[in-house]
Amino acid sequence: MNELSKDIILPDDTPVDLDAEFRNSNIQEVLAKLDRELIGLLPVKTRIRETAALLLVDRVRKKLNLSALSPTLHMSFTGNPGTGKTTVALRMAEILHRLGYVREGHLISVTRDDLVGQYIGHTAPKTKEIIKKAMGGVLFIDEAYYLYKPENERDYGAESIEILLQVMENNRDDLVVILAGYKDRMDKFFHSNPGMRSRIAHHIDFPDYSADELLVIAKLMLAEQNYRFSPEAEKAFSEYIPLRMKMEHFANARSIRNALDRARMRQANRLFAGAKKSLTKIDLMTIEAEEIYVSRVFQDGQVDLNGDELAE
Amino acid sequence: MMTNPGNQITQGQFSFLPPLTDVQITAQIKYALKSGWSLAVEYTDDPHPRNTYWEMFGNPMFDLKDPAGILMEINNCRKTFPNHYIRVMAFSSVRGVESPTMSYIVNRPKTEPGFRLVREEAEGRSIRYTVHSYATEKPEGERY
Repeated sequence: MNELSKDIILPDDTPVDLDAEFRNSNIQEVLAKLDRELIGLLPVKTRIRETAALLLVDRVRKKLNLSALSPTLHMSFTGNPGTGKTTVALRMAEILHRLGYVREGHLISVTRDDLVGQYIGHTAPKTKEIIKKAMGGVLFIDEAYYLYKPENERDYGAESIEILLQVMENNRDDLVVILAGYKDRMDKFFHSNPGMRSRIAHHIDFPDYSADELLVIAKLMLAEQNYRFSPEAEKAFSEYIPLRMKMEHFANARSIRNALDRARMRQANRLFAGAKKSLTKIDLMTIEAEEIYVSRVFQDGQVDLNGDELAE
Repeated sequence: MMTNPGNQITQGQFSFLPPLTDVQITAQIKYALKSGWSLAVEYTDDPHPRNTYWEMFGNPMFDLKDPAGILMEINNCRKTFPNHYIRVMAFSSVRGVESPTMSYIVNRPKTEPGFRLVREEAEGRSIRYTVHSYATEKPEGERY
């Protein structure tokens, strides 16, 4: 790429080829992948498109010497459990890398334990080490509200937040911080840390999935693992989803994954104990309706507590 | 020493060149990271050529992807010890190597008084030679 010297002032009617820039960045490919693999989440996708557009225009502007401050890209993802916050964060790292906003495009996913130390003087080096690892990429802090515990004034979380704030301001070009957590608790967290709120430009809220979307997600998950529903099983599962959604501890896509894991287990059991001696490849791939109907959700309207439902 | 104008000590890589700029340091760090080495920042105020064990500034940095974090640590060290020697060391954990593979100075004291040649009369009429750094006449921490 030929760098323009700073002294040259280009005429105002210099032609700009946004389309070529768009094609060169391969960003379309990432956005299409996002559309294909993430079901629903319309507000999130819109927001990602907008951010991508801003970064692209910024890049073209830079080529024409129209300097502007590099935009703040720190984000906060709020939403209920299992709505795809981590998955989107991973994609975000890839998108930012394609647009040349972060240099490496890796994602470091941490929680409170990785940032906050156990004794005085332990927190700062720990937080700094993580920050150094995340440089050139994206730092994803899951359940960020645990960083701040107002009930304990000797908690070291505040120290960690202080270092984070400083880095978010001074090393804006080096890393992007994404905070994630449940909506109400994150609101409380931002309320007690106004400095954090003002340094985060993008607050993205992840909506819950509808029953139809969850069914599509279930099929996608099975396809990834080379399984599939028989037509009856699909019908059974579409009955299962609304029942499960009404129950407690419902965690959107994560509950669906757990339900599918249990169905796979029952399928294996059926094949093992079954009378049918000559199995085919299709048998190994197909989940039948009986595997779904056995679920406790149908039996007595209760979550199968022996499953991993409560472990999350 | 007349052959070394400015009395600059020459240890590690690039030490006969003018001081590296931050851009050049970043490029060298990038090379080390690309080769899979982990880096550390070390400092000392004892310029003797046989002084190979320097103090480490903070922890060694493993699993980094980008030079920005190491440059940040170098600048921290420069702020803490503006008048010490500071070097960047790259460690290779490849089996059979397991030792530093790169080392270069990124910060020097403003003035380096250099070395005196010391002659010692030994048995017979033989003479032993050694060097003595003028800087080490003062205690540690007050040398530059």
